[in-house]
Amino acid sequence: MSEQAQHLESEHPVEHEHHVVNPSVYVVIFFALLVGTALTVWASFIDLGPWNPVIALAIATGKATLVVLYFMHVKYSSKLTKLTIGAGIFTFLALISMTLSDYISRAWGRW
Amino acid sequence: MSDSPAIAHGAPADAHLEHPSYLRHHFNSVEQQADTTNFAMWLFLLTEIMFFGGLFTAYLIYRNWYYPAFVAGSHQLNVVWGTLNTVVLIGSSFTMAMGVWCAETRRRRGLVLCLTLTCILGLCFLGIKTVEYREKFEMHHVPGQHYSLQSFLDPQSNPAVFAEYHDKPLALDMARHTEIYFSLYFALTGMHALHMIIGIGILVFMIFRAQAGAYTAGHVTFVENFGYYWHFVDLVWIYLFALLYLISRHQ
Repeated sequence: MSEQAQHLESEHPVEHEHHVVNPSVYVVIFFALLVGTALTVWASFIDLGPWNPVIALAIATGKATLVVLYFMHVKYSSKLTKLTIGAGIFTFLALISMTLSDYISRAWGRW
Repeated sequence: MSDSPAIAHGAPADAHLEHPSYLRHHFNSVEQQADTTNFAMWLFLLTEIMFFGGLFTAYLIYRNWYYPAFVAGSHQLNVVWGTLNTVVLIGSSFTMAMGVWCAETRRRRGLVLCLTLTCILGLCFLGIKTVEYREKFEMHHVPGQHYSLQSFLDPQSNPAVFAEYHDKPLALDMARHTEIYFSLYFALTGMHALHMIIGIGILVFMIFRAQAGAYTAGHVTFVENFGYYWHFVDLVWIYLFALLYLISRHQ
């Protein structure tokens, strides 16, 4: 085996092993998502003023995190995948907050 | 890690024949192939996040601008249907996740059952959405030539909604902006429903393939990646439900 081939061989373990998620995890997440749905609907019936949207979006984000981590296997995925998703979400949030900060900080109708 | 083919390892010339039929020749191993495909799927899903993100941002900005119109528009939606659809979609995500497990553990009949249940729940979601859309057509809340401002200029004309929210009549110029709310409502839920329809089409294809045993012989990438797509559609709905149905109930 040539030196280069040996080098390739040694880097092989970098590859990610396929992880089979236990069905009990899916069941727990399923019920957690149902509880989250019940909670957010219940919260929407209470008048919390400006906190209604905040709570609804916080619960939605919690549910979305469960879906991404467990149903979409990100918790068990490679570092490359995690980094890519993190970068994507960061870019998305940066774009949204820059756009919104522009709209919020302009003196509409006064120029 | 390398871009060189499997035979570059100095192995005997015919060694590359001893690999599973689903391993493409430009990959070193099944794991590398699965990694690459999952990575590509996530890149696609990130473009989808940006796509829906644009629509969400438009919704947030217009909601800020024409706040009373968006609150009044949101009051026309039925929270019960929305909640029911959320539960249906979460259920379909669960059956899809179980389907991936069945494929991984090579249970052919379990996989077919899970995919069929996912498909049925997806159709239930679209059925409930149709009931809601139908009501919007009957109430003339579909943007366009036949759009009617009656529900917003005279809230008492719609007794069921008025009993729940006691909305005050909107001024004509603000009432007109409810049409923007419903434009965004149809754009967002319509694009979401289109993703569901495409997903159901792929599900039907997968059910036939799964029956033939295609995904229960060790190669689960297709089922897994479709699962990611399906969960992503569920994820978009989680936010749509909060933004369209829930956040304006008390304003």
